[in-house]
Amino acid sequence: MKPLWALPLLYSASALSQERSLNLTQGVTEISRDVYDLHMTIFYICCVIGVVVFGLMFYSMIRHRKSSGREPAKFHENVKVEILWTLIPFLILVGMAIPATITLIDMEDTSDADVTIQVTGSQWKWHYKYFDREVSFFSRLATQQEQISNKFDKSENYLREVDNPLVLPTGQKVRFLVTSDDVIHSWWVPAFAVKKDANPGFINEAWTRIDEPGIYRGQCAELCGKDHGFMPIVVIAKTPEDYAKWIDETEAEQIAERERQQELLDMEMSMDELMAMGEKIYNSTCAACHQPNGQGIPGTFPALAGSAVATESDKLDQHIDVVVNGVQGTAMQAFAQQLTMQELAAVVTYERNAWGNDTGEMVQAADINAAMNE
Amino acid sequence: MAEQQSYYVPPSSIWPIVGALGLGLIAWGAAHTVIESTSDTQGWGSHVLFAGIGVIVVMLFGWFRDQINETMNGLHSDQLETSYKQGMSWFIFSEVMFFAAFFGALFYARMIAVPWLDGASNNVMTGEVLWPEFVAQWPLVETPGGTTTQAMGWYGLPLINTAILIVSSVTCHFAHVGLEKNKRGQLTGMLSLTIILGLIFLYLQGAEYVHAYEELGLTLQSGVYGNTFYLLTGFHGMHVTLGTLMLIIMLLRVLKGHFTPEKHFAFQATSWYWHFVDVVWICLFVIVYVL
Amino acid sequence: MSTVVDDHNHEAHHDHKPSGITRWLFTTNHKDIGSMYLWFSLIMFFVGGAMAMVIRAELFQPGLQLVEPQFFNQMTTVHGLVMIFGAVMPAFTGLANWMVPMMIGAPDMALPRMNNWSFWILPFAFVILLSSLFMEGGGPDFGWTFYAPLSTTYSNDSTALFVFAVHIMGISSIMGAINVIVTIINMRAPGMTYMKMPLFVWTWLITAFLLIAVMPVLAGAVTMVLTDKYFGTSFFDAAGGGDPVMFQHIFWFFGHPEVYIMILPSFGIISAIIPTFSRKKLFGYSSMVYATGSIAILSFLVWAHHMFTTGMPVFAELFFMYFTMLIAVPTGVKVFNWVATMWRGAITFEVPMLFALAFVILFTIGGFSGVMLAMTPVDFQYHDTYFVVAHFHYVLVTGAIFSIMAASYYWLPKWTGHMYDTTLARLHFWTSLISVNLLFFPMHFAGLAGMPRRIPDYAVQFADINQITSIGGFAFGLSQLLFLWVVIKCARGGEKAAAKPWEGAEGLEWTVPSPAPYHTFETPPKVE
Ligand code: HEA
Ligand code: HEA
Ligand code: CUA
Ligand SMILES: [Cu+2]
Repeated sequence: MKPLWALPLLYSASALSQERSLNLTQGVTEISRDVYDLHMTIFYICCVIGVVVFGLMFYSMIRHRKSSGREPAKFHENVKVEILWTLIPFLILVGMAIPATITLIDMEDTSDADVTIQVTGSQWKWHYKYFDREVSFFSRLATQQEQISNKFDKSENYLREVDNPLVLPTGQKVRFLVTSDDVIHSWWVPAFAVKKDANPGFINEAWTRIDEPGIYRGQCAELCGKDHGFMPIVVIAKTPEDYAKWIDETEAEQIAERERQQELLDMEMSMDELMAMGEKIYNSTCAACHQPNGQGIPGTFPALAGSAVATESDKLDQHIDVVVNGVQGTAMQAFAQQLTMQELAAVVTYERNAWGNDTGEMVQAADINAAMNE
Repeated sequence: MAEQQSYYVPPSSIWPIVGALGLGLIAWGAAHTVIESTSDTQGWGSHVLFAGIGVIVVMLFGWFRDQINETMNGLHSDQLETSYKQGMSWFIFSEVMFFAAFFGALFYARMIAVPWLDGASNNVMTGEVLWPEFVAQWPLVETPGGTTTQAMGWYGLPLINTAILIVSSVTCHFAHVGLEKNKRGQLTGMLSLTIILGLIFLYLQGAEYVHAYEELGLTLQSGVYGNTFYLLTGFHGMHVTLGTLMLIIMLLRVLKGHFTPEKHFAFQATSWYWHFVDVVWICLFVIVYVL
Repeated sequence: MSTVVDDHNHEAHHDHKPSGITRWLFTTNHKDIGSMYLWFSLIMFFVGGAMAMVIRAELFQPGLQLVEPQFFNQMTTVHGLVMIFGAVMPAFTGLANWMVPMMIGAPDMALPRMNNWSFWILPFAFVILLSSLFMEGGGPDFGWTFYAPLSTTYSNDSTALFVFAVHIMGISSIMGAINVIVTIINMRAPGMTYMKMPLFVWTWLITAFLLIAVMPVLAGAVTMVLTDKYFGTSFFDAAGGGDPVMFQHIFWFFGHPEVYIMILPSFGIISAIIPTFSRKKLFGYSSMVYATGSIAILSFLVWAHHMFTTGMPVFAELFFMYFTMLIAVPTGVKVFNWVATMWRGAITFEVPMLFALAFVILFTIGGFSGVMLAMTPVDFQYHDTYFVVAHFHYVLVTGAIFSIMAASYYWLPKWTGHMYDTTLARLHFWTSLISVNLLFFPMHFAGLAGMPRRIPDYAVQFADINQITSIGGFAFGLSQLLFLWVVIKCARGGEKAAAKPWEGAEGLEWTVPSPAPYHTFETPPKVE
């Protein structure tokens, strides 16, 4: 880690980069520019009112001081000015409300979309599903843990980079169906002026039409638990042609991958392979709650090290069930859709053999498949 | 602005802080009781809870003893009497708002949440994508998650209970009239009748819960219909219990010869409370059961 | 001859205070209770402030340095709760206890024993709340707004403690508010008509009404959280036919009036101080009263401006946007009236006046950002960013807290009978003024640039803003030690204060000696 005093220097260097700004972004959509204009208008109006009000106040503070030998005036009422300064702010506000209403109605009109994407938040990642296409994937924070814990230098897009960004076409109306698997999240990309809460059990709609290709970053904007700060959003906007190419390729890949998984079901993996794969999956998927050492967080997330489910042989089925289907009414998610059967098998095996849980038991993809089809 | 008599500022008293201690113990105890009863941990929760309730009971006895002694010694001015009455009215207003929260929840669940889950308003996709099988209805006998239950009818027990409470409001009123006209016989008779009606109500309410749980499968876990039903009727039942206890204390005081036709704030407050509880029930009956 | 002796005895008798600890435990005296509220609030301000210092230290630079994310969330949550329910609300109740009876010519609060009860509940409530931080799994970490289902299915067991602590805090507030209302309605001295009451009394009357109306709703909300978490109900769970957004509606129905509960008494304080030091009557007294009333009524119609992103239908968003913007009108009337009061006055700048002037400017800045937030389409960008954090700290810290400081400096001579060290007090003002802006102004920029709130770690481009903010925060925190010093020094002694230490002051409280006698008005004063 760099010494503390070096930090300000580092940041003033980064201050020169384009990304840094002190004002709202103008964004890359018509709506976001409307919003920016509204923001600037109301800001200037407030400035003017402020200058007038504070100006009069300071004038009074300077000119009407007792030390300048003033006798206080006696007036303390004047219905006319009172009506005046009730009406003027009212009219200003009406003036503001009109463009705001127009923009708002525009923002909420999600009809006639070209592309529809279901966005699902869950602790602490996003899942994107393209409607009418066989494409869906999870999108997780890609920043290394070592950067967060200050062991490595922070990269330029620290905390704002993901493994699988969302890809969207430019110039087309994209509709988002925003929902959640667990708590409330909020899907926010400033450049589109889109922020919609992801409410579990409900779908909220939002839309955008991006002008130019580029990479746009955002973050989860609703407190969603421990790693709320580590749930970024990255959108890559491509021209419609590039987008079409991308989606066709990805769809083909995903279909092929699913078929491969089916074939792999009969394959047995060795303990070493299972453990190696399991450790990787565990650290990227489970460790946020159950901790890398399997100790959990007392009172919040149960420990796996030494726990009955992960050590007793007659609880093996239950162990698989918990990982595959989650536990209703708790923070334990269902991982059936998030991991492949091989990965599920590996992670269960890992949990039964790591941190002193030396059961020696192995779980294979076929076992998972059996459990899923029960 | 009442006419100015010399105002009675009570001397320092131990009871408020005892009351605070009692509430503190109840809060801590209740929290830990809840935690312990829903996980397999053991602890002091329920003991502390009961200790807290004990402390509150002691506090009430002590506080009211002082209070009654002061009234009997004529220390309380008319102005103080007015303060008590206003205080009680505002307290009842706060209770109205407490129930309003639950009525609000019922309104929202019924008029907004449930229809939206079936795709109403701007939630078309909610219904289509997330809950394709779900059909909005009220009472919500099948939840989006698939839990089923049966609705509680309004005739039968609830109707009888409504009648009981309305009659009890009337008897309570006549007890008050008796007090004001100094007809002590009417007072004791009508008051006792009110108490008996209150107790019958509570008994029947209990029977209704048993019926709901055992025959209708309507439980706390059976979705938002059951939730609003139990929370509203449950909190109402707790208020009836409290009101009945207050009436019983009033009866005991009446039997001891307390209260005059002019001065009987405690009695009046109790009767206001009772009427308030009845009004809540009538709203409840109409909104929860009938509609 | 004997009359003199008698008089003396009479006085002595009435000024007799019980001594020792039991005086404070068992008291029914509005001044004792007021003092206890004020001390309690000051302690809570420091406790909540210490948590804010943890937040600011962690946010000093990007990366996780000091605390775990979960603990960070607990700090944010408990900081908000402690500041709101522990610092600001009790401070106002303490001021009401001290000043309302004196201002309306009453001997005490209407229900003195209940008054003591209301106070003593608070320490128990906060011990319970704060003790949950030491539980296994830690304290509440779902934000002071405790949105379901984060606070239900996904929370730890501190939720139960949180719920019951809030319950008894609510009981305390409701009893306190009933007491204030009844005192004001029933205990005014002859001639003290409603339209002669000082504005502090007026604003508190309306605040008390808001409290009685919304604290029970909060109680209902926490009750539903409790049953959802522990008893299998599904108020806030779609699978059972409920809706997590319903929680937000119920919470904000309480929550929005709550923020006005924290500002209306401030308006009353400022309306007392500005005329005093301008040596001129308050401009537009009656319009001030009507404006306060309008704000209170409107406050019940705007709650969903905290929920614009939750996916309400457009017409609901429009409704709440319009009504929210409307609140700027009566608030503006207040600001203009204050300026008009100063206009052609004979102004001096004693410490209370300094705080009051800072209040007018900085609160208005907070109000401006409020109006910006009220515009739904733009709120989509601001919501849940540091822009909101900047907004509410301007209205709460440079608003509510500054007004409480102003009130303390205004009435300390009356409370203690001593003049405080004005040099130190001025130092406190200037250090606070500078540091508080260093602390909260840059937050606007952080928010606009896209920094979400309630995060323990942030992207590197927010680093310098946060560093400035944190430095401002530490400086502001340290400045408050000066306040503590001034108050303690003043309580322990100092130059004797006159009955009316401020030349331009008006009101019954200045007609009694300083310190105010233990029992103020045995027989009601006559108001012309
Ligand atoms: C004392 C507390 C207090 C006060 C007084 C206010 C006052 C106002 N607040 Fe604020 N607010 C909070 C405390 C407060 N707020 C808190 C704590 C939160 C966050 C809660 C959380 O999420 O944790 C919040 C959040 C909040 C939001 C939600 C933001 C979001 O989460 O997205 C909104 C949106 O509308 C809002 C609006 C307003 C408005 C319009 C006012 C108005 O009352 C302001 C009126 C005043 C003026 C406008 C200035 C003076 C007027 C003039 C000089 C007249 C002329 C002016 C014009 C014509 C513009 N506030
Ligand atoms: C009246 C209410 C009030 C007050 C007075 C304050 C005061 C302060 N708040 Fe406030 N704050 C809230 C109400 C308030 N806050 C609320 C409601 C939230 C939202 C919570 C949520 O999201 O759920 C919030 C959230 C909040 C955040 C956002 C956290 C997040 O989103 O993650 C931050 C961040 O900087 C912050 C900072 C501060 C600071 C630095 C002060 C300072 O003014 C504090 C100054 C006081 C002291 C520091 C104490 C006195 C001095 C000492 C103890 C001596 C020691 C001093 C040093 C070591 C320097 N607060
Ligand atoms: Cu997801 Cu915050
Ligand atoms: Cu609000």
